[in-house]
This record gives sequence, C-alpha cells and structure tokens, in this order.
Amino acid sequence: MAEDLVPRSDEFGLAHADQSKAPITNHESASFGKQLLGFWVTFKTMFKKVNTVQYPEVKEPTAPRFHGRHQLNRHPDGLEKCIGCELCAWACPADAIYVEGADNKEGERFSPGERYGKVYQINYLRCIFCGLCIEACPTRALTMTNEYELADSTREKLIFEKDDLLGPLRAGMVPPPHPMYPNTDDSNYYRGEVTGSHPSQGVAKND
Amino acid sequence: MSNAELIGQDPGWVIALKGVLIFAVCVFLTIMSVWGERRIVARMQQRSGPNRVGKFGLLQALVDGVKLALKEDLIPKAADRVVFVIAPIISTTACFMAFAVIPLTGQVNFFGHTTVMQMTDLSVGVLYVLAIASVGVYGIVLAGWSSGSTYPLLGGLRSSAQVISYEVAMGLSLVAVFIYAGSMSTSEIVAAQDRLWFAVLLFPSFIIYAISMVGETNRAPFDLAEAEGELVGGFHTEYSSLKFALFFLSEYVNILAVSALATTLFLGGYKALPGLGFTEQWLGGWFTLVWFFVKVLGFFFVFVWLRGTLPRLRYDQFMKFGWKVLIPISLAWILFVATLRVMFQQGAPQLVVGVFVFSIAIIFIGINTLLDRKKVDVAKALRENKSSDPDFPVPVIPNSRTEQING
Repeated sequence: MAEDLVPRSDEFGLAHADQSKAPITNHESASFGKQLLGFWVTFKTMFKKVNTVQYPEVKEPTAPRFHGRHQLNRHPDGLEKCIGCELCAWACPADAIYVEGADNKEGERFSPGERYGKVYQINYLRCIFCGLCIEACPTRALTMTNEYELADSTREKLIFEKDDLLGPLRAGMVPPPHPMYPNTDDSNYYRGEVTGSHPSQGVAKND
Repeated sequence: MSNAELIGQDPGWVIALKGVLIFAVCVFLTIMSVWGERRIVARMQQRSGPNRVGKFGLLQALVDGVKLALKEDLIPKAADRVVFVIAPIISTTACFMAFAVIPLTGQVNFFGHTTVMQMTDLSVGVLYVLAIASVGVYGIVLAGWSSGSTYPLLGGLRSSAQVISYEVAMGLSLVAVFIYAGSMSTSEIVAAQDRLWFAVLLFPSFIIYAISMVGETNRAPFDLAEAEGELVGGFHTEYSSLKFALFFLSEYVNILAVSALATTLFLGGYKALPGLGFTEQWLGGWFTLVWFFVKVLGFFFVFVWLRGTLPRLRYDQFMKFGWKVLIPISLAWILFVATLRVMFQQGAPQLVVGVFVFSIAIIFIGINTLLDRKKVDVAKALRENKSSDPDFPVPVIPNSRTEQING
C-alpha cells in the first residue's frame, strides 16, 4: 500500500517518499551564522519585483479551465440545450441550483426534444464552484465561464435567473421559441448535425 | 555653557513650545512609521503594501486613525470603568514623557533664543527614562485587570512579566555606559561619546540593550503577549475606538523612545557620523536633528527587519533567554568593565591590565568550549539513538506506523 502514497512528482519540492523514510539525522540546530543568513533573505527580497497584481486596474487572465460563473449554452440554431432534467440540481452538493422543467408545446419550442428548463436558478451565495453540475449535465447545456467578479450588494442579485445564465445569441442563431430545423429530430441535434438555423425557423441574428 | 545651564535659562514659552513640538513630532512619526513598517514588511515579503490612499499610500495610517476614532467606544459590563479608561492614558503619557530628557539637537537658535532641543536635563536622566518605562507597565497591567475578562488578564500579566524581565537586562546594560560616561545625564553621555561611540566601545552592552529593547516594547519576535495568531490580542482585547488607538500610539511612541534612548546612549545622539562633524554646524545647528532622526529611524528599520525575519519565540524560551542569558552576561560584563575602569583610574601598570584581560579571555573561552562539548555530546547521543525517547510526549512518527501496518 505504501507505494500508492508516493507522490507522482516532486515538482513543488514537497513530500518525497524517500525523504519521509530517511531517519532524521540533523539534531544540531543551524549555527548562529546560518541563522543570521535569514536576515539577508528578507533584505534581499526588498529589492525584488513585487508579486502583487494591482487588481481592479490590472486583470490577469485566469487559468483556461477556471471555475467561474455558469452559462447555459445553445444549439447552433439558437434552441436551448437544457432539457430541464434537474440532474445538475441533484448533483449539487450545496443545493444551489433550482430547476423546473416544462413540456415544449407546438408553436412554443425552446429546446429540441420533449422538455425544456422553464425555470433555472443558481444561487451564487451557496454555489461552491465545484463543477459537479457540469459533470452531471447530459446535454452539455451547463458549462462554466472564467468570469469571477460575482460580488454584489444584495442576496436577491446573487440568485441568477435563466436570463442571466443563458449564453448570448451568436450570428446565425434564432431567438427561441421556434421550431426545430426542418426534417430533424433531437438526436440530430445531439450528434451535432445541425450547424445553423434555417429560414423557416425565423429571422436569424446576422452580426 | 553646558546644556543643563542653557536649558535652565529657558523662559516658560520655550519650554511649552518644546513640549508641544515633541508631542507633535512623536505623533507624526508614529503615523509615518506605521505606514513605513507596513510598506517595508510588505517589500520583505514581495508584496507592495498599502498604496491606495494618497501617493504611495502615505495617508493610509492617517485614514486608519480616523477610522479607529469613528468606531463605537465599548466598555464591557464587567469592566472597572474608571481604571479601564485611565489605563490607556497612563500608557500613552508614560511613553511620551520619556522624550523629555532626550537631547534632539545641539545648540540651536530657537526663535531668537539659544537653547538645545531637550525639555529638561536631569542629572539622573537615564534613570528617569527607566522609571517612566516602568510606569508604562501599569497601563498594561491595569488594562488587563480592569477589562473583567480572562484573555486580557492573562495577556496583561504576560506583557508585564515580559516588560519587567527585560527591563532588568536593559537597566544592567546601561550600567557600563554610566561607568564610562561618569554620568547619568543624557546630554553628558552624548558629550562623552565625542571621540568613540559607546556602541563600539561597549559592544556587548549595546547588543544586550538592542535585544532587551525589543522585548521591552513587546515587538516581534518577542510579541508573545499579543500574538495575533495565538491569543486574542493580549491586554487590549476589550479595547476599541480611541482607547485602542491610544495603546497603538503608545506602542509606536515606545519604539521611538527606546530607539531614541539607544541613539543617545550608544550611537552618539545628535552628533554626526564620524568624519562628518562639519555638518553639525549646518542650518545653525539644526542639522543635528537630521542626524538624530536618521539614527532613530535606523533603529526603527531594524525593528521592522526583525519582524519580517524572525518567527515568534516560545514563552518559556523567551523568559529563559532574558533571565538566564541576558542578565548573567550583562552582570559579568559590568564586573569586567568596572574592574578595567578602576584599574585605569588607579593607574595600574599595563602588565597587570594585560594579565587581567588575558585571564578573563581564557576563562570565557574555557566556559564556551565546555558548553560546546556538552552540546556535541547531546547531539552525538541523539545521533546514535541512545536516547531515542525524549522526556516529553511526541506524536507517532509516520514511518514507524507504516512499518507496523505493513509488518
């Protein structure tokens, strides 16, 4: 079992299996001269470039896979990917997500298939940004952006509604509700075979 | 005319003005040194420190002060109201009063009146400073006691125990200075360092003073009484608003006061650095003020440097260091200095002095070697695992546990 505990790399110079097994040999404390070297370290550091980022003025990009605010994605023709299955809400350890699904009706279709998310709320006072909801989502409707500036002054403002979370309409997308692409069903959508909107679906956004 | 005579001729308005100036300078320096400390410590940790309020964050401490003053002033129900209010006042007053005997300049023209920037010149000036510092301890004890709460009481006791212990070492380190200067008056001690600073002549005294002044002011690495991470905040836990600000002020003025005393006693006070004596005449003598504050701020930088470098001591180690190391060493050093001094004054032949110094050196080296050998023995025993069980409980070492599981 002990082998399993061996760290994969000592990139950070931290725990090393051999190190922890080696008997402790240095019983003498560092000599007085060596201890004085500590003063040189702090003195030297004074003339180094500071690490601080002047945050509100200077914003450094986050890591590409940083867990930020959520986004509800759309299919290329503008229909929503969310099917209102509530798996995200069930996966959420902090109970931050509330979903109410509803049936797509003839003439009032929001997503391909039977159901769509009618109410979708994420409470950012509870969310811990663990990303389990993203793993749970079967249609890749829910993903996370890199946006992290989520502070606000009231509790109400921090409960994000569907409108706040939906991704923007891109060029070629038609704002739902609108019918599915002609002669397709929902599985065509999931296979990625629908790559844009059809004139019969409505007027597409063009920029 | 000597400094004491000059001060004796001061009319009342000069004395009053000096007092106000000293107060103003101390408060101003406190505000600036809070800013300076935060900036310097930040740079030592590769941060930038406060830089938002004003240019380079210069107004940060001022704004913090305003914030403190505007906070709600709480007095706990269990507190002894009168003492609770008086304690911070005692602390603050005491540390300002220490500045009364510190000579800040040589002879200057003060609004048409020739004087020195020193409120008064007591013949026992340094003793007065030590006495006033002891009065300051009352502020700490009373604050801790009157809060009517456990942590402040413990913090207050710790602080006062610490300050009193290090005052002993501090007082002893000054004795050698008195012996050499032949006076306890601050201005005469400065004058006695005309040729050679006492920091050089009495180097061990200087080191002991420098260490004990850090202990005396409750500063890192000796800030056990208000260790933010471990205790709630020491004696001033229950204080808020202006009363807390007073303790804050007294802490920094105290740092300035012990630094000023160190400057006066060991670094030649307001005198220029060796070889730059001509600058003392600049600006009609006022340039000596610059020298004085350069030295004081140098000490302040060392305070900050210590805080940035050293981890906090354990309380028992700290007390052991004060009582078992600093005090015996200063006692031995005083004996040595006093004997030498008497020998020189009685005109002892050089051979006798030489033999004396030589034998003392032999004894010193002998003790040192014995101690070293003992240390090596302990280390060797530990290395050979003869005494692998220390006489205090230790947590299980992870290795041995894995071996047990595997075996």
